[in-house]
Amino acid sequence: MSAIKRLFLTGAITAALAFPAAAEPLVVKVGVLREAHSRETISILDIPTADDALAGALLGAADNNTTGKFTNQSFETIDARLAEGDDPAAAIDRLAEQGARLVVADLTADRLLAASNRAKTRGALLFNASAPDESLREENCRANVIHVAPSRAMLADGLAQYLVWKQWGRWLLIKGSHPDDELLARAYRDSAKKFGAKIVEERVYADTEGGRRTDSGSVQTQRQMPVFTQSAPAHDVLVAADEAQVFGGYLPYRTWDARPVAGSAGLMPTSWDSAHEQWGAVQLQNRFIQSFRRPMNARDNGAWLAMRMIGEAATRTGSNDPATLRGFLVGEAFSIAAFKGVRLSLRPWNQQLRQPILLTDGRVVVSVSPQEGFLHQVSELDTLGADRPETKCRLQ
Amino acid sequence: MKKEAPSLSLPRKSGRGDANDRHCAAASMTSRIRSLSRPCGGVLGRGLFATAALLATLIATPANAYLAYVSNEKGNSITIIDTEKLEAIATVKVGRRPRGIELTKDGSELFICAGDDDAIQVLDTKSLQITGKLPSGPDPELLVLGPDGGIVYVSNENDNLVTMIDARRKEQVGDVPVGVEPEGMAISPDGAILVNTSETTNMAHFIDTRTKQIVANVLVDARPRFAEFKKDGSELWVSSEVGGTISVIDPVKHIVKQKIGFAIPGLSKEAVQPIGVSITRDGKRAFVALGPANRVAVIDAETKKIEKYLLVGQRVWHLAFTPDEKYLLTTNGVSNDVSVIDVASLKVVKSIPVGAFPWGVVVAPK
Repeated sequence: MSAIKRLFLTGAITAALAFPAAAEPLVVKVGVLREAHSRETISILDIPTADDALAGALLGAADNNTTGKFTNQSFETIDARLAEGDDPAAAIDRLAEQGARLVVADLTADRLLAASNRAKTRGALLFNASAPDESLREENCRANVIHVAPSRAMLADGLAQYLVWKQWGRWLLIKGSHPDDELLARAYRDSAKKFGAKIVEERVYADTEGGRRTDSGSVQTQRQMPVFTQSAPAHDVLVAADEAQVFGGYLPYRTWDARPVAGSAGLMPTSWDSAHEQWGAVQLQNRFIQSFRRPMNARDNGAWLAMRMIGEAATRTGSNDPATLRGFLVGEAFSIAAFKGVRLSLRPWNQQLRQPILLTDGRVVVSVSPQEGFLHQVSELDTLGADRPETKCRLQ
Repeated sequence: MKKEAPSLSLPRKSGRGDANDRHCAAASMTSRIRSLSRPCGGVLGRGLFATAALLATLIATPANAYLAYVSNEKGNSITIIDTEKLEAIATVKVGRRPRGIELTKDGSELFICAGDDDAIQVLDTKSLQITGKLPSGPDPELLVLGPDGGIVYVSNENDNLVTMIDARRKEQVGDVPVGVEPEGMAISPDGAILVNTSETTNMAHFIDTRTKQIVANVLVDARPRFAEFKKDGSELWVSSEVGGTISVIDPVKHIVKQKIGFAIPGLSKEAVQPIGVSITRDGKRAFVALGPANRVAVIDAETKKIEKYLLVGQRVWHLAFTPDEKYLLTTNGVSNDVSVIDVASLKVVKSIPVGAFPWGVVVAPK
């Protein structure tokens, strides 16, 4: 049974201040369909909280409601949290019955597709706030799914451009043993090929299903990681593909060769980092911390941005109809500010949001890709991820 | 934080070591002023640093010069430029993250939005001392003074408010809730209408300064950062940094009557980010700072045709004319300098090194 709750960020809805509302406000109901993420993280700082992703959506709705005071629109968030085994299609039905045919999704790829199939019969529009899978943007792309989160290829390309700019062209690639790790490793292989880096060797770190929390973990990892990375061919950087967080976080400072680590640890490509402050981002970070007493993570930011895209489309079109909003979002007129220094827009061929990729070491933002000098005939942002000529997506 | 006793330092020179020596020599000859933060080599002045009085003498300027004030966002300082010599003549340490700055009508005080200190500091332009502060809300970013000089209007980014402050009594006299992340501020020439732009709501809010009520909201393109009235009040220009456009608004009908876009060969559309706008007094020509495009667009303000792009320093933020409109100064955030545009010839004639991340600029009347 999924819990469905109507939520407002405290103080978000205030009476229309400028004009007493002449008519009933246009209500835009948005579902947040989410599932619990693994608590097995290497760092306790990364353990998801109960309001993971939802908090971002609530802040986005609060921002939209401030604008709504002037446009006579009101945004309502409905939380739909899936437990293990819950059917996402049934949750789409329940949301639609409550009038929420706009849905921010924080789901794995298979559940997102199941939700999308049901959303089609309901005329609902989904915003993918977290799933990085290429397949969702390529062979399994759907007209009723807009991808706010960057794909693995975009993340890998963002990192690759920086490594190439640094002239760290020889990579030792270490991937985990989970299927998602192989997908990420594939993205790094493609990036290396695209930007002229060389993967000197690939290794697999097998997950032996242990827990992450121990009182003496560092004693063992300090001995294991050097041995595991021993006898590698000459390389400039170690690239880790570890989405399941089994080993990546243990690599920095423990490798056999004194080489920097990038990818799933060390220098990490991401859509958002709680240390990002450029281009006015500190204002968003402040608003988030003020409301939720914790830093904003990438899933929160994806949900915030999805909600802002819905708000922007509703403001510009004066509508809450999913088809109308989608028409605006995929059109030429749409662009949105998201504290990344440039305007973001949708790639019309697969509905992926074009966006810069932040490179973070977990403390500061080290760089932001696309890097200078990586050129493109349409938008430099399209140097990140699959481009129009190579897409397999046929939207339907 | 204690901000009442600013330390003073001499201008930075563009060159390296020898420039420092040169300015040491010059300083010894004139008034033996020393910079405490970057002491000169000789024994002569060690331990000495500029007292306010001495510096005031130093900046008692030649007859034809105006003084320009530049806020250095990361330098936590104000650089003072002599517009006759076209060089920096003093640097004053102020509060943290100074951005928007505005002079009182008589030029005697400079109001400085020190965002990270949640304060608007008041700098006495004669003594170059911080003499107090205005009661602003949190994180003030930009401010504008009413035409009679009586009221300061401030945008407070963190709590979606525009604050009104009595400039003489230094008291808050009202606030108006606006959209998310208020930024740009403009006042109509008659003082009746205040315009605020909100960066995330993407609106220009028209506020009646008498009733303190919003009378209209006009949607513009993404992330509106700056607003500027023509001097005859006939048009309001609003720049949208992320949208990449200028919206020309009819301030009576409250509609966008025209949008100006920018296409610069060899630059992607994402790189063109309009921010500062300055329009000549006769309303015939406008200049728009284009941020990371590193250019200022020159626009025929009547036909709205773009005449020219002038290459300036990196990430150009804000603009200010000298009162005679001979020069237009631009703050260049990334290259830490100010470009000087000769308005008649439309040429960039000089770049002046200032502090770290120059942001706002104002020029004093004589």
